[in-house]
Amino acid sequence: MNNLRDWYRKGEPWVWLNAGAVAINIVMVVGLLGLIAVRGLGHYWPHAVVDGIYTHPDGSEQRIVGEISDEEWVPASRLRESGAEVPEGQDVVQRILVKTGNRDLTGQDFRWLIADELRNASEPEAVMVIERREWGNYYGYLKQVKEQGTVVASGDTALTELQTRLERALALHEQIRGIETGAIGTINYELEELRLRERSLSLKGALDANAQRELAEERAGLDARYNALHAQLNELYAQIKRDSLVAENMAGVETDIPLERVVQFYQPNAMSLPVKIGFYFHQFWGFLSDEPREANTEGGVFPAIFGTVLMVLLMSIIVTPFGVVAAVYLREYAKQGAMTRIIRIAVNNLAGVPSIVYGVFGLGFFVYFMGGSIDSLFYPEASPAPVFGTPGLMWASITLSLLTLPVVIVATEEGLTRIPKSIREGSLALGATKFETLWKVILPMSSPAMMTGLILAIARAAGEVAPLMLVGVVKLAPTLPLDGNFPFLHLERKFMHLGFHIYDVGFQSPNVEAARPLVYATAFLLVAVIVVLNLSAILIRNRLRERYRELEN
Amino acid sequence: METTSESMFGLSAQRMARLRYLRKLKDRIATATITLGGISIIFAICLIFFYLLYEILPLFMPASIDERSTLNSLQVSDPYDVMLEEQTMLGLVIDRQQGPLFFDARTGAAVAHGATLPASPITAFSKDAPSSRAFALGFADGGVLLLQHDYDAHYEGDTKVLDPKLKFPMGETPLPVLQGSPVKQLAVRDAGDVLKIAALDDQNRIFLKVFEKVESFMSDEVTLEELDTIQLPTASAPVDQILMSLDQRWLFLLENRNQIEIFDLRKAPDQMRVGLVHVTEGEARITRAEFLLGGFSLLLADDQGRIAQWFMARDTHGADYMARVRTLELEPGVAITSLQSEHRRKGFVAGDANGNVGIFNTTAERLALDEKVTTGALEWIAMAPRGDVMLLKGVGQQALNFEVDNEHPEVSWSSLWGEVWYERYEEPDYIWQSSSANNDNEPKFSLMPVTFGTLKAAFYAMLVAIPLSICGAIYTAYFMAPRLRTKVKPAIELMGAVPTVILGFLAGLWLAPLVEANLPGMLSILILTPILCLVTALVWSQLPLGARTFIPDGWVPLILAPVVVLSGWISMEISEPLEHMFFGGNMRQWLTHDLGIDFDQRNSMIVGIAMGFAVIPSIFSIAEDAIFAVPKSLTQGSLALGATPWQTLVRVILPTASPGIFSALMIGLGRAVGETMIVLMATGNTPIMDMNIFEGLRTLSANIAVEMPEAEVDSSHFRILFLSGLVLFVFTFIVNTSAEIVRQRLRTKYGSL
Repeated sequence: MNNLRDWYRKGEPWVWLNAGAVAINIVMVVGLLGLIAVRGLGHYWPHAVVDGIYTHPDGSEQRIVGEISDEEWVPASRLRESGAEVPEGQDVVQRILVKTGNRDLTGQDFRWLIADELRNASEPEAVMVIERREWGNYYGYLKQVKEQGTVVASGDTALTELQTRLERALALHEQIRGIETGAIGTINYELEELRLRERSLSLKGALDANAQRELAEERAGLDARYNALHAQLNELYAQIKRDSLVAENMAGVETDIPLERVVQFYQPNAMSLPVKIGFYFHQFWGFLSDEPREANTEGGVFPAIFGTVLMVLLMSIIVTPFGVVAAVYLREYAKQGAMTRIIRIAVNNLAGVPSIVYGVFGLGFFVYFMGGSIDSLFYPEASPAPVFGTPGLMWASITLSLLTLPVVIVATEEGLTRIPKSIREGSLALGATKFETLWKVILPMSSPAMMTGLILAIARAAGEVAPLMLVGVVKLAPTLPLDGNFPFLHLERKFMHLGFHIYDVGFQSPNVEAARPLVYATAFLLVAVIVVLNLSAILIRNRLRERYRELEN
Repeated sequence: METTSESMFGLSAQRMARLRYLRKLKDRIATATITLGGISIIFAICLIFFYLLYEILPLFMPASIDERSTLNSLQVSDPYDVMLEEQTMLGLVIDRQQGPLFFDARTGAAVAHGATLPASPITAFSKDAPSSRAFALGFADGGVLLLQHDYDAHYEGDTKVLDPKLKFPMGETPLPVLQGSPVKQLAVRDAGDVLKIAALDDQNRIFLKVFEKVESFMSDEVTLEELDTIQLPTASAPVDQILMSLDQRWLFLLENRNQIEIFDLRKAPDQMRVGLVHVTEGEARITRAEFLLGGFSLLLADDQGRIAQWFMARDTHGADYMARVRTLELEPGVAITSLQSEHRRKGFVAGDANGNVGIFNTTAERLALDEKVTTGALEWIAMAPRGDVMLLKGVGQQALNFEVDNEHPEVSWSSLWGEVWYERYEEPDYIWQSSSANNDNEPKFSLMPVTFGTLKAAFYAMLVAIPLSICGAIYTAYFMAPRLRTKVKPAIELMGAVPTVILGFLAGLWLAPLVEANLPGMLSILILTPILCLVTALVWSQLPLGARTFIPDGWVPLILAPVVVLSGWISMEISEPLEHMFFGGNMRQWLTHDLGIDFDQRNSMIVGIAMGFAVIPSIFSIAEDAIFAVPKSLTQGSLALGATPWQTLVRVILPTASPGIFSALMIGLGRAVGETMIVLMATGNTPIMDMNIFEGLRTLSANIAVEMPEAEVDSSHFRILFLSGLVLFVFTFIVNTSAEIVRQRLRTKYGSL
């Protein structure tokens, strides 16, 4: 007993409670990262597809073919309330979420089923998952392959036949897309340029007969090119429509699926482990490199990755010089006193200002005020459509560089502080000017600190969403901000962003259940990038500290 | 000398001098550039502040008017009403003898309309909702004619010319409303399919006619089918004016110029009379009565310079009564002689006997302009539909055309931060509802609910974050083994780098359903985790020394981490049985039914957890630094005097580090207040004022994110969102500055120790 009182008096319980707080924090961090990793990475694993008979609460039976994507235990009482029959004495019931796909046929992708009521479940090897461009996945059995409506293969040969014919269809699809987005996109872009040139000429009063003839000739040339491409496209469309496959779904209904709508097909139950692993990486690569489909709920996130990277790059180009100059001024040039103290407080304040305030400021000042002025000065021919007077890539980068400026300043200043005075004095004593000392000695030495600042700034910018929602991010950008049309980098265009993609798909999409795995995968991608960036910043910082410690000795 | 230097550097003195000059120049340029760069940082901060200020300043600017022309050719005195059309090129005056007359709004020159009116003398006038451009005339033979003013545009060269027309939506012959009596007073309301006309005859009797409008299949023509004719209960005094609400429900009779008698037209004739209200104070007389936009609120102006807004509300027993909502005043004691409400806003313009004009807004309870425009009493005022032009005329003087600049009348300190009694509400309240289906509903711009939501979210977040971060910081800085500390600190700081959009997404789509399904489990974690930690501590202290040295003192969190996981797991497992035992199987239902607490899936608790998670790293990092930086001499002195480590911590270290901890809390608070994505995704974004932890909220930042993309540029709504941005900016500025000052003080203090 004495022992216990002593234990209490020493404050041990409090110490342990404090330790508990640390433990909770660590568990939360690890748990969060683990949750995102497991859910994000797990999605692309080819799950087994089950085929079984399900007994509904009303006694009717239905065949179910689909993959089990989630399961949970729910209290029996809640199910009884909703009308399901649960045997007495059973408190909790396992429910499974089965993805049956075939949204075009049944109207729903997912259904919650009571696990015990699914009987005779098997995993037949022949079950096929068909990824389509519309209506999500199809689950069923391959019956026949058709060409122009006549059966060319059925039974066992159908699979190999389908493989070769799908390859042909995919190649055609690739060609069509190449023409539509590439060549025709360029023509549309040039036509728009032509229209603007005409309008600009007429605004200047220089649209004489000569200019008009030139414009008309150019337009005729473009139209001719367009018509040629259009004919080619029609030809390709006719070719791609040739083949189709016939599959039977869980209700026994046979459906004709044209191959032009098929992205890929696979038989998960027939896969061996190495095949599954290969397939997994194939799918994950598709996620990284494909364009989104079906209102962003399927397909990849390539435009979002591209937009994020481009925006962050532009931001880095803007923020680094400003941040470094400001830090150098504060540390090397300004007289240390009340003024620098005020500036430091202001810089720290800038770091604490809510990001949405930057968004509001960016929208009002950059987009409407500066963008509007640029438009009226340089793009009078485009009005009333705004060019820079609307949210876009450039304003987003500038807004975010303002937001991350304090990060760079603080990190660079820290690096500058750590450089021993003796080094500066040594350089000055040898006759170097202040600028030469700075340029040749101090900045190279503090470059890792700048690097740390920049990496932290990039990590912050990559994860920031709120201000971007106001100054340039959209859920679906029709064109990338970088393409083959002069001037190649289109700063006025809107762009897609990984963080906004998460918000949009997770909260604004009509089919949240189907989109959730994709959101987890996107979240994993974003977290992975940011964690890696931060870890590298920490690493560089630690290295830097070691180095200066050596210098000081 | 020269030869030596040449032999040393291979340069002549001249070139040396030039080089030196160049170097000096370069140095100067660099100094200038860098100084400029440094100063531009302050400039950037000031720019944000001043730009936000610049955007919101117009909100609080008074209105202004500017005389444009005198309408020399307009010769009308004491008309029923004067109106302006949309483009403010033409005006329409309803003369007591000649009926409707169009005129040029700049010069007053008459413009013909070409329509012919019935021969019978005009005896009464009533106007419908201003947006419908409809009005009605009553005649001496008891007929009522419905009219509408309309305009065709054509171009003469580059100038636009408007041709006015009078249309007769119900035909050119007056409807027979009264038999054998002139129409003394008239009220007409046309609501889509039903037309109601109330008319006063010369016996002080009121007749109500109800028509159904039937559209013929063959053409667009409308024929009227009489549904009902009712003689209303006798009025208690001579009636001066009849007013019918836009929804055709309420009929107000102004009697004796000091009382209003109310009828409910939806009831049976013998039950129609709702009551009689004295609407003036003392001897005051009502001089003008008019509906506010929306046809729901009555504006009653008296001869003491007051204009009161009244509308029908419901008391606690569910009985209808006419409430005096607010009273505005132009010049005390000076009679109001003219009054007209605006077409698109809840505002009106009033003129008094001394020639003063006031532009008011009722929602904001604001007098946006008070200016003397004529020497005599104002006879009439006409406000343009867009509120940008105003015509007015003093008695015995020429009418004047004024340009009005009144962009944001609906915003005032009281409408932003005070309780406002909105139309169709039973009492004054704080409401944020920025958009409505049409102009008839006033925008409700109270920042209180969103500010409250911001503080509520920050409060719950700090509730989660403070214990975890401060306790964690104390342990990490003071008790933890240095090797573990170098791992733990970056790990927790890494938490701060996780994008908030991911935290928000997990909170909204993963945590919220999980908590909803396992509510008792979630609550039991709160109790179970500390208990389990203490039990583990107790068990550990009883273990033999040999086992204890296996994990040294500073590594305790490693023992506790599995305990925390275990506690979470147990809580989830016992959630179900607990729910059965105490809450009848469903805690959500129990909360709603037995306790009357509303429950949203995405509620403040979720926000608290998610945002707490987001602010823990900021607080932890700064607090840990502060505690760790306490000079070791203090600790060692205390321990040497025989204090236990815990006593040293509580009595020596924490008091010394408390300014640093305070500054950490401030910075955490600043972050919690401004956080956007988490609250946007983890709550339902409902702007309600309720401290209930199980209900949602809307914060200033989320409000901006939700509404800014939809706000019309430079509208009041847009500027108010900027104002919320400025509020956030100023708040975080104050919090961060105080934190920073405290921190800098602390640094110098430690330096001296």
